[in-house]
Amino acid sequence: MQIQPILAALRRHRLASLLIGLEIALACAVLCNACFLIANRVQDIHVQSGIDETSLASLKISGYEDSQSVDINARVTAGLRAIPGVQSVSVLNSIPFGERRGTSGITTDAEGQHLGGVIEFYLGGPGSAEALGLHVVAGRALQADDYQPFTGVFPSSAPVLMTRELAEHLWPGADPLGKPFWLDKWRYQVVGIIDHLVTPDPGMRGAGTSGWSVFVPGQPGPMLSGNYLIKAAPADIQRVLRDAREAIAIVAPDVVLDQQGTQTISDLREKFFQQDRVMTGMLVGVIVALLMVTALGIVGLASFWVQQRRKQIGIRRAIGATRHDILSYFQTENFLIVTGGIALGMVMAFALNLLLMKFYELPRLPLFYLPVGAVVLWALGQLAVLGPALKAAAVPPVVATRSV
Amino acid sequence: MFSYYLDLALRSLKRNKVLTALMVIAIALGIGACMTTFTVLHVLSGDPLPGKSARLFYPQIDPEDMDGYEPNKEPARQVTWIDGMNLLKAKRGERQALMTGGAVPVQPAQSGMDPFFSDARFTTADFFPMFETPFLFGRGWSEAEDNGKARVAVITRSLNDKLYGGNDSTGKILRMKDTAFRVIGVLDTWRPNPHFYDLNMGNYSATEDVFVPLTTARDLRFERNGSMNCWGRGGGDNEHIETATCVWLQFWVQLESADKAADYRTFLDNYSKEQKALGRFQRPSNVRLSNVMEWMDVNKVVPSDVRLQSWLALGFLLVCLVNTVGLMLAKFLRRAGELGVRRALGASKREVFVQLLVEAGVIGLAGGVGGLVLAFLGLWLVRLQPADYASLAHLDISMLLVTFMLALISSLLAGLLPAWRACQITPALQLKSQ
Repeated sequence: MQIQPILAALRRHRLASLLIGLEIALACAVLCNACFLIANRVQDIHVQSGIDETSLASLKISGYEDSQSVDINARVTAGLRAIPGVQSVSVLNSIPFGERRGTSGITTDAEGQHLGGVIEFYLGGPGSAEALGLHVVAGRALQADDYQPFTGVFPSSAPVLMTRELAEHLWPGADPLGKPFWLDKWRYQVVGIIDHLVTPDPGMRGAGTSGWSVFVPGQPGPMLSGNYLIKAAPADIQRVLRDAREAIAIVAPDVVLDQQGTQTISDLREKFFQQDRVMTGMLVGVIVALLMVTALGIVGLASFWVQQRRKQIGIRRAIGATRHDILSYFQTENFLIVTGGIALGMVMAFALNLLLMKFYELPRLPLFYLPVGAVVLWALGQLAVLGPALKAAAVPPVVATRSV
Repeated sequence: MFSYYLDLALRSLKRNKVLTALMVIAIALGIGACMTTFTVLHVLSGDPLPGKSARLFYPQIDPEDMDGYEPNKEPARQVTWIDGMNLLKAKRGERQALMTGGAVPVQPAQSGMDPFFSDARFTTADFFPMFETPFLFGRGWSEAEDNGKARVAVITRSLNDKLYGGNDSTGKILRMKDTAFRVIGVLDTWRPNPHFYDLNMGNYSATEDVFVPLTTARDLRFERNGSMNCWGRGGGDNEHIETATCVWLQFWVQLESADKAADYRTFLDNYSKEQKALGRFQRPSNVRLSNVMEWMDVNKVVPSDVRLQSWLALGFLLVCLVNTVGLMLAKFLRRAGELGVRRALGASKREVFVQLLVEAGVIGLAGGVGGLVLAFLGLWLVRLQPADYASLAHLDISMLLVTFMLALISSLLAGLLPAWRACQITPALQLKSQ
């Protein structure tokens, strides 16, 4: 295939070639960045929680005095445990993908000078760490006497479990076991490292903080009551939660059941990422519409060119060009224009990414998006031009002998 | 002449239906996407209290200690109980109100209705006249009732419908947290967007259902909601919240003129200095005074997703337009022969140019209608979203006009280049090749 005559012909259609090239360039820029945005959202949606999601549910009640909390705790846990199929019931303040009650800034020194970051304190009663399915990878698991009564918002000192991610952030490279940290004057000591435990609102407080959690043991009391973690077999969990709602009305008729706080963890997760899913859907919609419009544009212009050059095509056919020659002529032509567009589009994609980085705190576009985008657009161009090119190849040589 | 051009345009568009359809679809898609996202943006960045918002101000003072002090950093976004009460009692504005969000357990008297939690606002008397809340029945409470910790409540129309079947409930007894309250007013439908007076509740959340005097709510230890920021030895337990070094209240003031606002800023500055002299404040005076719209900007109320969507849609429209330019070019140049004849018969370049632009305009209007349909569809999809602003996404008259203007302008812009190119045709050449 000779490229020279194609280039010569394109030079006579500078404006039209330029327009297709520009359209491809714009499509390339938007396509790469939209795909990147989608990839980011999908990554958010599929964040690991580190807990046994499918078999857990949260139940929340309120509307009672602090002084009643010990009695309420006892009545509710006993009532919930009586439900057939329930494996365990424990008290836990914050719920992954649900309400957060333990978001606090910590320091790594007693004087409060070195801020370690804003982390989540999962404050749980006996059994909750086991129910969550926390996986201790170093140090020791919590024992029964670690769960002490307390009067403040959190225990004033306690042995805690910390995620590997947070430990690595606080003490890079060092052994975190035995290390203390402070919440104002309250002191906590790391006794075990867990592989992962997501914060209740992953992604809301900056990149890389979704695993900044600690698990603090405490005895249920006035400051730890009303939020219950129910564990049952995944197949049973919906039924168990339904029974639990009814059980509350019997064992504690005067409390108010919080509907939003009473859901399975899977449902909470679903709701938490709903907005992200909608945005992902919209981005996919934009990409599809964009590719469609671009393809239609190519079809429109290519058909016009074919029609305009019917006579030339006829002459070429009459002097010996095969159908295949004509077909590949139009395909090569399209390939050249699209290539030009992609070259410009890559620069534009990068510029757009810089803008997004500036205004939306997005990471830098990984370079492999560019070749992938290029391949998609080449394929799109070839597909779009195929129809008009086939039509061109079908022009009979006899056209050459007719005058319009 | 215009009607003749219109006739020519319609004939020409009819001749090549596929190409016309392609152009109309491209413009419709671009316009539809743009209008959907622009409408959402328009609704979200709207003025919650048109005509009044410029006169309502949100003061900020800096009561924190020297821990983490940076000069001219934005001061706390709420006030402490002590400062809030001081500013309230100083009465330096036309009206002022101190408030916080909360939740109350409502215990309906009717049998068969379970107790439930209702969002509430604990505030002071001026809340209602200052924000010009519409009353269906009754009235708000007075300053005397604030001071007397009166057991009175104002409820919204929706709660009134739920509890009293929509009848005038003023004077009726409403039990909340085992305490009897007298309903003194029922608000008519009122939903300022954004929920400007307390953004901690969600930027576009609905109005609270129960309003109770702040003093009463504190007296009964009602559960408060929202954000609380403490420093020093502050601990935010519900018992000692009045004296704790925590900010948790919103304070709004109505100031009638720019002069009054300047005076108020001076007052805030003096207040800060005075408190520092007394030893309550430690930081140098650092005060801000934002009106409603400025406060919305400070809080970045419009979700960044919505802005991103608007930019995406705009980029999409651009691609659609470039596409339309290409198709129009093909279409106009295909008619080179016809245009050559018109020129040879005496039409000036200008006339041919206008004729082609009329054709572009017709495509634009058709695209606008298509875009409108797509925008309605898009907004319907937006309303299905879970976001708190979703239910607000409706097209209003001004956005409807914008739709058609945008469609017309963009199609004319897209028509400029092809039309100009088509005008350059040499009539003789075209006639010869016929």
